[in-house]
Amino acid sequence: MSLVAGVPILSSLVASVTFVTPHVNYVAILPELILIGGALVLLVSGQLVFAKVPTAFYSVGSGAVAAAALAASLVLWHDVQARGPFTAIADSVAVDGFAIVFLVLVSCILILGSVIANDFLIREGTSGPEYHVLALLAGSGAMLMASANDLILIFVALEIMSIPLYVLAGMDLKRRESGEAAMKYFVLGAFSSAIFVYGIALVYGATGSVNLPQIASYLSSNFVMSNGVLLAGLGLLLVGFGFKVSAVPFHMWTPDVYQGAPTPVTGFMIAIAKAGGFAALLRVFFSTFGTLRTDWQPLLWVIAIVTLLLGAIGGLVQHDVKRMLAYSSINHAGFILVGLAAATAQGISGSVYYVFVYAFLVLGSFAVITVVGGRGDLEHDLDAYRGLGRRQPALALAFTLLLLGQTGVPFTTGFLAKLYVISAAVRAHSYALAIVAMLSATIAAAFYLRLVFLMYGVRLPFGTGSDAGSLSLSITGDEPDALEPAQAAPRRANLGPVSVPGPTALAILVTVAVTIVFGIWPGPLVDFVRAAGLLF
Amino acid sequence: MLRVAFLVPLLPLAGFVTLVFSGRRLGNPLAGWLATLTVAGSFVVTVVVFIGLFQLPATGRSYTQTWFTWISAGHLHVDMGLLVDPLSMTMAAFVTGVGALIHLYSIGYMEHDEDFPKFFLYMNLFVAAMLLLVLADNFLLLFLGWEGVGVCSYFLIGFWFERDSASSAAKKAMIFNRIGDSAFLVALFLIYERTGSLEYHAVFARLGSVGEPSLVAIGLLLFAGAVGKSAQIPLYPWLADAMEGPTPVSALIHAATMVTAGVYLMCRINPILYRAPDAAHVVAIVGAATALLGATIACAQNDIKKILAYSTISQLGYMFLAAGIGAYDAAIFLMLTHAFYKALLFLGAGSVIHAMNDDQDVKSMGALARLMPITAVTFLIGWLSIGGVPVLSGFWSKGDVLLNGYAFSPALWVVGALTAVLTAYYLGRAYLLVFRGQQRWVEGRETGDAAGRNPHDPSWVMSLPLVVLGALSALGGLINLPIHPDLDFLDRWLSPVFASRLLQHHWGIGGVWTFALVDAVLAVLGVGLAVAVWGRTSERPAFEPVFLRRAWYIDWAYDRFIARTSSEVAVETSSVVEAKGIDGAVNGFAWLVRATGRQLRKVQTGYVRNYALGLTAGLVLVLAYVLTRAS
Repeated sequence: MSLVAGVPILSSLVASVTFVTPHVNYVAILPELILIGGALVLLVSGQLVFAKVPTAFYSVGSGAVAAAALAASLVLWHDVQARGPFTAIADSVAVDGFAIVFLVLVSCILILGSVIANDFLIREGTSGPEYHVLALLAGSGAMLMASANDLILIFVALEIMSIPLYVLAGMDLKRRESGEAAMKYFVLGAFSSAIFVYGIALVYGATGSVNLPQIASYLSSNFVMSNGVLLAGLGLLLVGFGFKVSAVPFHMWTPDVYQGAPTPVTGFMIAIAKAGGFAALLRVFFSTFGTLRTDWQPLLWVIAIVTLLLGAIGGLVQHDVKRMLAYSSINHAGFILVGLAAATAQGISGSVYYVFVYAFLVLGSFAVITVVGGRGDLEHDLDAYRGLGRRQPALALAFTLLLLGQTGVPFTTGFLAKLYVISAAVRAHSYALAIVAMLSATIAAAFYLRLVFLMYGVRLPFGTGSDAGSLSLSITGDEPDALEPAQAAPRRANLGPVSVPGPTALAILVTVAVTIVFGIWPGPLVDFVRAAGLLF
Repeated sequence: MLRVAFLVPLLPLAGFVTLVFSGRRLGNPLAGWLATLTVAGSFVVTVVVFIGLFQLPATGRSYTQTWFTWISAGHLHVDMGLLVDPLSMTMAAFVTGVGALIHLYSIGYMEHDEDFPKFFLYMNLFVAAMLLLVLADNFLLLFLGWEGVGVCSYFLIGFWFERDSASSAAKKAMIFNRIGDSAFLVALFLIYERTGSLEYHAVFARLGSVGEPSLVAIGLLLFAGAVGKSAQIPLYPWLADAMEGPTPVSALIHAATMVTAGVYLMCRINPILYRAPDAAHVVAIVGAATALLGATIACAQNDIKKILAYSTISQLGYMFLAAGIGAYDAAIFLMLTHAFYKALLFLGAGSVIHAMNDDQDVKSMGALARLMPITAVTFLIGWLSIGGVPVLSGFWSKGDVLLNGYAFSPALWVVGALTAVLTAYYLGRAYLLVFRGQQRWVEGRETGDAAGRNPHDPSWVMSLPLVVLGALSALGGLINLPIHPDLDFLDRWLSPVFASRLLQHHWGIGGVWTFALVDAVLAVLGVGLAVAVWGRTSERPAFEPVFLRRAWYIDWAYDRFIARTSSEVAVETSSVVEAKGIDGAVNGFAWLVRATGRQLRKVQTGYVRNYALGLTAGLVLVLAYVLTRAS
């Protein structure tokens, strides 16, 4: 009865509302389309042939798709340089220099990631296109986050990026930790997504729009008398982003997930999630909510400081390289937040530069860790790096350079990145933040350099001199913490020769080259990032 | 012809680079010949440029050659540029000329040394740095050369670093020089701050807009740098100790070239000194005081090289005296002739030391003239020349200084004249004790000791420089004869550089002759005194009072009150402040960080529920904060 009565009402509703589908400018989202389309083709192509498709086929395919996306991004870059930035698809996508820098970055991450994963998949005997398909989809999400001009689209992109990452984290079925990592990441990720969506709802409630420029123009032309709802929405958005970029105190999943995930996935995940997360965070906070900066700046100031310090201090007491670099990634997130906390154009381009070069540093570092990890992806104790300088000099040298880059040693891109964000903070008169950032870099240097010393067998003068000396926090010379599980059941590290597969070696070489070449000759990369202005 | 100027410093530098990479392979004596040839080549190029410059009209004799932009940062722009003008070319000519002769001599002198190639490597680098110093067209490049010669001097004084005395002498030289150099640096900052440039022409052109107090400060600070480099009061003691280096080093660096850098600097900044007469007066007074002090100490030394070292200090004092009163051309003239006769005396001393198996005590020598005639005759020329006996070069150059000194202030002339007498006396003492009188040593032949003392004139590579320098010492005065207005070549050559800023005097030819006569009397007085006192005996304690032998106790005072006190402060700082305070703070911080890390790890339980709690806590804090901002 009610059903019958309801039909006319429904039909009248349908008749009265006409859906106007927006004009879709496919070129504006071409890189994303290429990735998604490529992922689908890869997924089915293998099934069309009856013979077993070699892993390398998928890797090459994935790399080719990413390269096509890179080409499409560069075409867009050319368009923007020639004709200026524009929006597309009912203003929900912004095509500006800022977005395209991230499109280029994500494409590069995908290319390098597919090369590194190829050797890992072959070593672990994993066949099938799943890894690459998921990586490409995550990449498309990250790209969309960078170009999204609309809170709803940002949320969708966030999910497109995150869900494949959850799955990737749990890909290694042989290691229990991998599944555990996926589970933790998923549950907490879902939690944070919920908070993020609620933030969107509150912002919509306060401003009446989810479109970023519209929100900005509303805020600049209206004085919100009762801004509690708006600020609460802003706070919730910050929590959601903070989770993705592992800012303290939303970081707690980070060490567990990065340690548990398969090693090449960890590197990829850090690079891609930082790229996507920070792209959207910088755009939303700096350009959309720029008028409210006096409200959010103190918040970011505090978050940046605790993120810097916790990342640096937490890294000191780790015995697992992946876990150590997980804390290091938290420290780096703090540095990127320093640029945003300055809330100046200089600070933003400093942050973008930082994200860009850090992606290469972290990909290269995790490529090395993947190689050293050996079959089964198990050798991640610091012990496994003992004497690497002798066993595999080239690899150790590359790792040393990458670690020095992360430390921020001059003549590496890492140095310039730290310099840019810190000088932005100084110009914005947040001296305390600048000092804490430098201090945290010093603390972090202790664990980067410990790894370097370990590889080259340098007996630290302040260590205990015993076998455990290098494992402890050598500066104080104390014994290692007996509570650490890895120490409770010591497993002899494999100190045999390490073989580096050719493609991975090439990928590491590229990351090292980017780090050193653009560290000594910073012009091109710096100009590229500087030219990446925001649309509005 | 001027275009080849860049080769002047580049040739020795190329020699240095070659020796760095293949010095050992070239070995002995090839490395030495290579080094000598680069410096000789540099001399030839200098002569070519010199002639080129000479052909230009007098007012246009200034040519700047810019290689490339060295530093360009904001408003600071410094070129790697050479300034070719009469002053710089005069300096370059004698640096390369005397330098080449000393290189040649060193091939013989160092032939038994294991580190033969290394010695020439340093020597070449030294000459390159010195040439950069004199040819620079800006203060910063000059400073680069300045520091370059300083560091080479350190390497060469400490060349035999296995000896404690050599390495500590090297350190002493370095530290004394650093004191002057830091003043020099401050002067550079001040010059840049006041004039906005470091390039000579630009700086000198803008002096009009700089206040006199600033100019006095700049002049005094640069002079302080010169005091360190040229061993004037109070920074002179290092030069006496620098005699620990091989003798050719003493000849090249500590007599002929490096120590004259300070005098060159004073002449180069003559526009500044002209506008800051107070600073110039300080230069003159310090110079005069140093001249007298050095001469008195030299009277009572027994180490032949120390006699020459204090003599150098004294002669440099003369040069500063001349520069300070505005007689820049007299300063340069004296510098030139001094380079000839002091290099000659040092090389002669080196031959003697060689012959005496490295004994340097004049009291244990004697009667060497008949065994080493070439050395003796050339040393005699050196003595008479520095003593100012007519018509040798020293007579003319010292006479020029004294003449100008009298014109400025008779008091300065009195000090200068006294020093002149002493100079003729103490070198006479040295000559007589070494070459005349009784033989106070035992010949190896007599004791049957093959390695004993068998003095003889050295081989031609060592003798040739002696003869050439002897000739130059005797005849060097010809380049600047004051007796006729057409014969003062050097004064006229240099006049575009100093222009009207020179001290003016109007003695006329008659006055000049009168002064020449007085100078001759002074020289004869000194020579006669030396012969009367030391002609027959080697022991005259009355003429060697202890306070002169101990150099007025000044070294002792430096050691007691400055060196030891600061050592004690340093020890205290290292054992208490460093160890307990600074190290303690660093270790304490490390401990704190680590302890924090351990505590933090406890939070990381691995349970999702805890992590969710953390996330929620963060959320609550964020919301609590934003709500305080809500209106």
